[in-house]
Amino acid sequence: MWRYMGRKLGIYAITFVIAVTINWMIPRFMPGDPVRSMLNKASVSDPEAMERMTNYYNEVFGLETPIHQQYFAFWAGLFRGDLGISSMQYPEPVTDIILRAVPFTLGLLLPAIILSWIVGNHFGAFAARNKILDNTVLPVGYILTATPYMWLALLLAWSVGVVGGFLPTSSGYSLALIPAFSWEFIASLITHWFLPFLSMFIVALGGWAIGMRNMIIYELEADYSNYLQALGAPRRLIRRYAFRNAMLPQITGLAVQLGTVIAGALLTEIVFNYPGLGSLILRALNNNDYFVLQGTFLFVIIGVLIANFIIDIIYVLVDPRTRVQMTGGSS
Amino acid sequence: MTLRVKDLKVYYQTLRGDVHALDGVDFELADGEIMGLAGESGCGKSTLGKSLIRLDSRMRHVDGTIELDGEDVPIAKDREMNRFRYHEISLIPQYAMSALNPTRKIGRMINELLQSRGVRPSEVTEELNRRLELVGLDPDVLKRFPIELSGGMKQRVVMVMATLLNPSLLIADEATSALDVSTQRSVVESMVEFRDRGYVKSMIFVTHDISLVYQMADTVMVMYAGRVAEKAPASTIINDPQHPYTKMLIGALPEVGATTDEARLEGIPGTPPGLLHPPTGCRFKARCPIASEECSETPPLVEIEPGHWAACWKTGR
Repeated sequence: MWRYMGRKLGIYAITFVIAVTINWMIPRFMPGDPVRSMLNKASVSDPEAMERMTNYYNEVFGLETPIHQQYFAFWAGLFRGDLGISSMQYPEPVTDIILRAVPFTLGLLLPAIILSWIVGNHFGAFAARNKILDNTVLPVGYILTATPYMWLALLLAWSVGVVGGFLPTSSGYSLALIPAFSWEFIASLITHWFLPFLSMFIVALGGWAIGMRNMIIYELEADYSNYLQALGAPRRLIRRYAFRNAMLPQITGLAVQLGTVIAGALLTEIVFNYPGLGSLILRALNNNDYFVLQGTFLFVIIGVLIANFIIDIIYVLVDPRTRVQMTGGSS
Repeated sequence: MTLRVKDLKVYYQTLRGDVHALDGVDFELADGEIMGLAGESGCGKSTLGKSLIRLDSRMRHVDGTIELDGEDVPIAKDREMNRFRYHEISLIPQYAMSALNPTRKIGRMINELLQSRGVRPSEVTEELNRRLELVGLDPDVLKRFPIELSGGMKQRVVMVMATLLNPSLLIADEATSALDVSTQRSVVESMVEFRDRGYVKSMIFVTHDISLVYQMADTVMVMYAGRVAEKAPASTIINDPQHPYTKMLIGALPEVGATTDEARLEGIPGTPPGLLHPPTGCRFKARCPIASEECSETPPLVEIEPGHWAACWKTGR
């Protein structure tokens, strides 16, 4: 068990290092100069002043040192929790900007992922035992999973938000309010949260429902189900076994899907102008702000790795087969 | 008389029409009798085994009755059959290796099954442990998952589980086919032991391994193309078969000490008829060396001597 965990942790550590390195590389080899674009905004016309300011900012951001030193400085900063200073919101530290956005993204992602998984699984299992439902759920499910996150987001924003006018379609809370712990503010948070959440929930739901439906049909045809039926066991018991066993591949599926769902969340945030990591990435891209970009990606990577690790552990806990393989069996 | 099957007809529904897998099967099974059910693949022996406990969704009961201990067994009615299943009729399936839920501990699964059939697990725990020991298993297997057991162990667990409620009839469908020869022997011996101790009243042992049947069974029933060809005490079937098909089947078995130099084993030329449109008259006539004109009429299954039944015009008189 511990050896297994150790090995898993090792693999995650390697993945982390590689991911961070790539993450550090990408913005640096992107075309465009962040200092130049920042200074352009200031519209300095004197070339000499321009020169001096460029040098000053290069030093502040550590861009004048050789590239390998930048790399090691990046790692050193990482362990101190220092991801540098934003160039678009100079001189705010990147960590602060990201930490402000993270709760919004998590608040959107976690309920969307967990609820769609639970509801989708139950719905799929339910559909598998009903012919009419099966014939309708299946095509609808296929359409939903094939739907791009942002497309459904746009559709919902347009229909419910713009045409219907029931819910707000932009930002994380009403800009007329000052963030405070009041009912008014919380209500505003919830109404702004609902549409982005709904669009992600619906898209993810279809995939889980289809997966579960197929798995449960497979399990109900399995030998142990047949045998229990031959021994006259009630349907309830057989369904319970089938449902539990069908869940196992769905847990793996969750780990695999996680990346896609997060990417979907980032796009959905942009559609709804939701102040989470997705909108932050877009802003950082538009302003050539490496530090924010790097930092955000880093958070996403850490998030995916942690989530995968949790799923790994859950899987070991729920499936005796993996557990037995790890302990080498007791016989 | 434990089991009486009369003119049983069970067809498989396919898109091309009905496959006459069982087309008028008659036989009786006495208390304490272990009957080996033999025949080529596709002769209907597994279908017969299944028909006695649960028809799957493609199978349709067309005609005939089944009587167990004087009570009519409603095989066509899935719900009413539940009363008989496990309590009166039980099964060791062909797929015993995968018959246990892989994610439940064996003991817990058995308990849940018992509970769902209205039996309090605590009432049979002792008996369960005793029987596990009888087949050479440590009662500790109940705390294990199926994956932790070998094939032979799983087989024996299924055997104990299937017979826990002392069923009147046990159907063992190719129960030993997936095991190696020495494990086969111990499983077969346990089955006979279970019968001797009265854990099961009678048993139908479906197999294509006639030599194995000879060792354990009291009687052997040979089926051909959905019908009974011959039924007789095991020694009679092996030493003095009457039906030409049985003769050829037994002739195709290797004898101890025989080498290929002396005599090549003879197979049965030809293939069994398709059961989508079965031939009229005797179904074996196309492959039968002694077939004659009268074989275009279906031969009835008649008792040619006490306890020896055969369906052939040449043996019937």
